[in-house]
Amino acid sequence: MEKISVKVCLGTTCFVMGSANLQELIKIIPKKYGDRVEVSGVPCLGLCSTDWEFSKAPYVKVNNDIIKEATVEKVLSAVDSKLAAKK
Amino acid sequence: MSIDTPKVTSHLKREIIVRLIKAYMGDDYAEEVRKIPYEMRPKGSEVPYRCCIHKERAILRDRTIAGLGLSIEKADDSELLSELAQKAQKRNQPEENPLTVLQTACQGCVPSRIYVTDLCQGCVARPCESACKFGAIKVENGKSHIDSDKCRNCGMCVQVCPYQAIARIIVPCEKICPVNAIAKGEDGLAHIDFDKCISCGKCVNACPFGAVHEKSQIIDILKEIKNGKKVVALVAPSLFGQLPCTPKQLKHAIMSLGFYDVLEVAQGADITIKNEAAEFKEKMFEGQNFMTTSCCAGYNELVEKHLPELKQFRSETKTPAYYTAEIAKKEYPEVKTVFFSPCVAKRTEAHNNPNIDYVLNYEELGAWFIAMNIQVSDCSESEFNAEASAQARNFPVSGGVAEAVNSLLEGDEKAKVHTVNGLEKQSIRDLKKFAREGKCELGNLIEVMACPGGCLGGNGTINSYNEALSQLNDYVEQSGSIRKPAKV
Repeated sequence: MEKISVKVCLGTTCFVMGSANLQELIKIIPKKYGDRVEVSGVPCLGLCSTDWEFSKAPYVKVNNDIIKEATVEKVLSAVDSKLAAKK
Repeated sequence: MSIDTPKVTSHLKREIIVRLIKAYMGDDYAEEVRKIPYEMRPKGSEVPYRCCIHKERAILRDRTIAGLGLSIEKADDSELLSELAQKAQKRNQPEENPLTVLQTACQGCVPSRIYVTDLCQGCVARPCESACKFGAIKVENGKSHIDSDKCRNCGMCVQVCPYQAIARIIVPCEKICPVNAIAKGEDGLAHIDFDKCISCGKCVNACPFGAVHEKSQIIDILKEIKNGKKVVALVAPSLFGQLPCTPKQLKHAIMSLGFYDVLEVAQGADITIKNEAAEFKEKMFEGQNFMTTSCCAGYNELVEKHLPELKQFRSETKTPAYYTAEIAKKEYPEVKTVFFSPCVAKRTEAHNNPNIDYVLNYEELGAWFIAMNIQVSDCSESEFNAEASAQARNFPVSGGVAEAVNSLLEGDEKAKVHTVNGLEKQSIRDLKKFAREGKCELGNLIEVMACPGGCLGGNGTINSYNEALSQLNDYVEQSGSIRKPAKV
């Protein structure tokens, strides 16, 4: 089964707008989902540089879906629904 | 402990600062500032928090006023943001009190009191009635009622109700304030009493509506740089650990904002350590029972305003910010200095120190990087002109200051350390007791930090505590130990 990938953007904009407080996800996800999900903090995904899109940071990518104004809750529920869809 | 997650209130405040900086750097500053609430909530956008888009914008307007460094309470509703933007640009120095309350947001929050919920069964035993020492609670029509004139909010009835039907309604800012400086007035709005306020910033973080704002000095700083003034950054040690890059990259990033030089405040902390170790030795030799540290601005304000009896026990050594600002002004007499701060309290300290012209907190610094599109992890590295010791760089962690002082003491003269890790009502009562009795059995060097965890827990920080701590630890480990002065 292909792993679900979670990328937490740690570029400066995302970091300041909130992903500093998403770093715990990088520890929680492996504990919660084991090897079904792969999570990492990544350099700028480039999503903030389009016009005024900094205001929707922090961004997290779950597979190819972009989560705007990400919170721990939003990311975990996106992972849950991806896992459910696979079954 | 709850899981760390981004806070919407911080997001809003930071977004406004980014927009203010972009406005200032643009061609039509005042007009761009006027449009901020409309850009954030354009026509047809969803209304996430308030009753309608107009109130959303009105609240964002008020938040922008704080970003301009002005008092929200004093601004007239009829004044346009563009006029206020110009007012901010024209002032010669920042306003005095560092905090301002967005009172329109307070209406969502009911006054603190004891409240009987619908769960009350009107039982036969009625322990609430007998527990109340003030005769304030009576069962009427099958349900307990509280006479608000008699109730003293003691909470006994809350404790004894077998149905847990009585609740204490909390006003978060009032509850968190360690010195009762913020309270809802009869008008239902929160007011800060600046004769009592110690600028600890706890209310800023505690308010779920994000109603308490720091008055930003970002416009003042941008103006100095735009006018070609040489502006020197004095960066508190807690800054290293706040952003995803190395300390040297961060120096480079700050320089690229237009600063003339960047000095580590840890440099001044090295002086603090030496003076404080010497002072401690002397005070103990003279027979004093204990000494407290003196580097936390919130604690210093507490002593000045609420615990003058503790003054004789507090170290007379100056803060690292004081020594660093002195070095900066000596080295570059013509410059303006900006202290980069994790908290509100340093704004008050800076206001009283002629060597520190402005204060910028880490949230504002982060917003500045966003506005200028600076990717800190891509920056090259710039060397600092002066080194600082590992002990000095570890100042912002609870226990770090006392540990640093102890590193210069030997054998019998070593201090027995007691740390006050965060000021709250109880720890203030303890400090009062030490002063009254003239002794402290828990130790002879009391380190006081207003924020739990130390400066890394300050209200103006960006990074989560544990991540910041591990980054800072790396920096401390790379640094050399403090060298003993020839004669301590």
